[in-house]
Amino acid sequence: MPEWIVACAVDDVDEEDVIRFDHDGRTFAIYRSPDDEFFATHGLCTHEKVHLADGLVMDDIIECPKHNGRFNYKTGAARGAPVCVNLQTYPVKVEAGKVMIEIGGRDG
Amino acid sequence: MADAGMVIVGAGEAGTRAAFALREEGYKGPVNLIGAERHLPYERPPLSKEAMALAGGGMKAIADAERFEQAGIRLILSAAAISIDRAARKVKLESGASLAYDRLLLATGARPRRLAIAENSRRCVYLRTHDDAEAIRSHLRPGARIAVIGGGFIGLELAAAARMRGCAVTVIEAEKRLLTRAVPAEIAAVLHEAHAKSGVDIRCGAAITAIGGHGDGFSIALADGTSIDADACIIGIGAIPNTEFAERAGLAVENGVRVDARMATSDPHIFAAGDCCSFPLGVYAGRRVRLEAWRNAQDQGNLAARNMLGRQEDFAAIPWFWSDQFDLSIQIAGLVDEGVETVRREIGEGAFILFHLAADGRLVAASGIGQGNAVARDIRLAEMLIAKKARPPRDKLAAAETKLKTLLAA
Repeated sequence: MPEWIVACAVDDVDEEDVIRFDHDGRTFAIYRSPDDEFFATHGLCTHEKVHLADGLVMDDIIECPKHNGRFNYKTGAARGAPVCVNLQTYPVKVEAGKVMIEIGGRDG
Repeated sequence: MADAGMVIVGAGEAGTRAAFALREEGYKGPVNLIGAERHLPYERPPLSKEAMALAGGGMKAIADAERFEQAGIRLILSAAAISIDRAARKVKLESGASLAYDRLLLATGARPRRLAIAENSRRCVYLRTHDDAEAIRSHLRPGARIAVIGGGFIGLELAAAARMRGCAVTVIEAEKRLLTRAVPAEIAAVLHEAHAKSGVDIRCGAAITAIGGHGDGFSIALADGTSIDADACIIGIGAIPNTEFAERAGLAVENGVRVDARMATSDPHIFAAGDCCSFPLGVYAGRRVRLEAWRNAQDQGNLAARNMLGRQEDFAAIPWFWSDQFDLSIQIAGLVDEGVETVRREIGEGAFILFHLAADGRLVAASGIGQGNAVARDIRLAEMLIAKKARPPRDKLAAAETKLKTLLAA
């Protein structure tokens, strides 16, 4: 069953930036790309469980704040050492100024 | 390329990264990675941090055995390389085996500097390896009295870990303050305060006159007439590069194996990377430095691998360090001592960044401290500004509402 939940308002995230969103014991990262699209991934780096929302967004890359592991936040693909495990991504839609993510059935 | 293959001496972060980087760059020939320890290559930063705090210790492998196998990297562990025949391009191992190379990488790391006055005491412990960490952990029982000699990163991280495990901790530092080598006084003061608040007894400006064993413990006598009794003594007073292997082969050594900006030693078939080498930093007009840092080891391992394959790339990364103590994290990009002026930015909840500027206004370093990863993003952006040799306006640096990203675009 798809479950869409409201993560934040559109204005809560700056362009080319990221915020943390916690829901029901799970943690997510919500991104706004430089071309004004929204994306969502699991909130923790796959290397050492660090919150990615403290990291830096550059173009379509999120860089972990601790050890500079890099992921493409649009696809979840790990982009080189020290990370080698991809990041879970989640479907996103924007409705009435709200950013919604679909988290049903997956680990977060 | 004619192909006897690649030999890497040292299976720490730099050597292991280089081995994988050779494959990532498409190299198909033999890759031999020689490690002195019996363990699969593992990450060292947790040894003074998480591994100490966790009940069962634990080891974080850089890659599991399967990944080495899939990459076709031959791991030779518990092995010592003893000599290089540069004319024949062969490395001889203690076991008698000999490995031919087309290119050789020295990633021999560094070892703890020993404290002469403690040489007679077998119970003084140093930290470099997983096994060292296990030995230290065995001393960190609740109520144990732990003396830490040296108020640098290793000493303070271990002091924090020991305190969190319920030990009574005293830190003995010869200098007037903690972390004199690479950390600004304002940040060292915050860490001093955090340690003191948690109950660590910090003695700066303390000269040790004697270390005596008595019964099961130690007594450390200081020049001011006081003495500190301890059940165990941890020594963290810096590291010395492992250069003897290179020296015996006649390679140039200058505070580490001397390499050029491409990580090549004085022999064009031999490269060096990580804690063992000194190299010129382009961003500081070629200033020669040696860094003991995890990301540097990765950056140099990657670069050495590419240049071993014939690329001609110069090292361009900015030095970057971090340390975790209690709930605080510090990050430093660039070399603080290159600066003559400091601009401070408050970023909330006690966290702050110091921007270090050269006389001409160029940003040369940034250092920050805060809870969790509060300073990470700004330090990363500062690192990019340093690489760009930017001269950001002082008022913009000081104003937290100015996003550093906008200065990068300027």
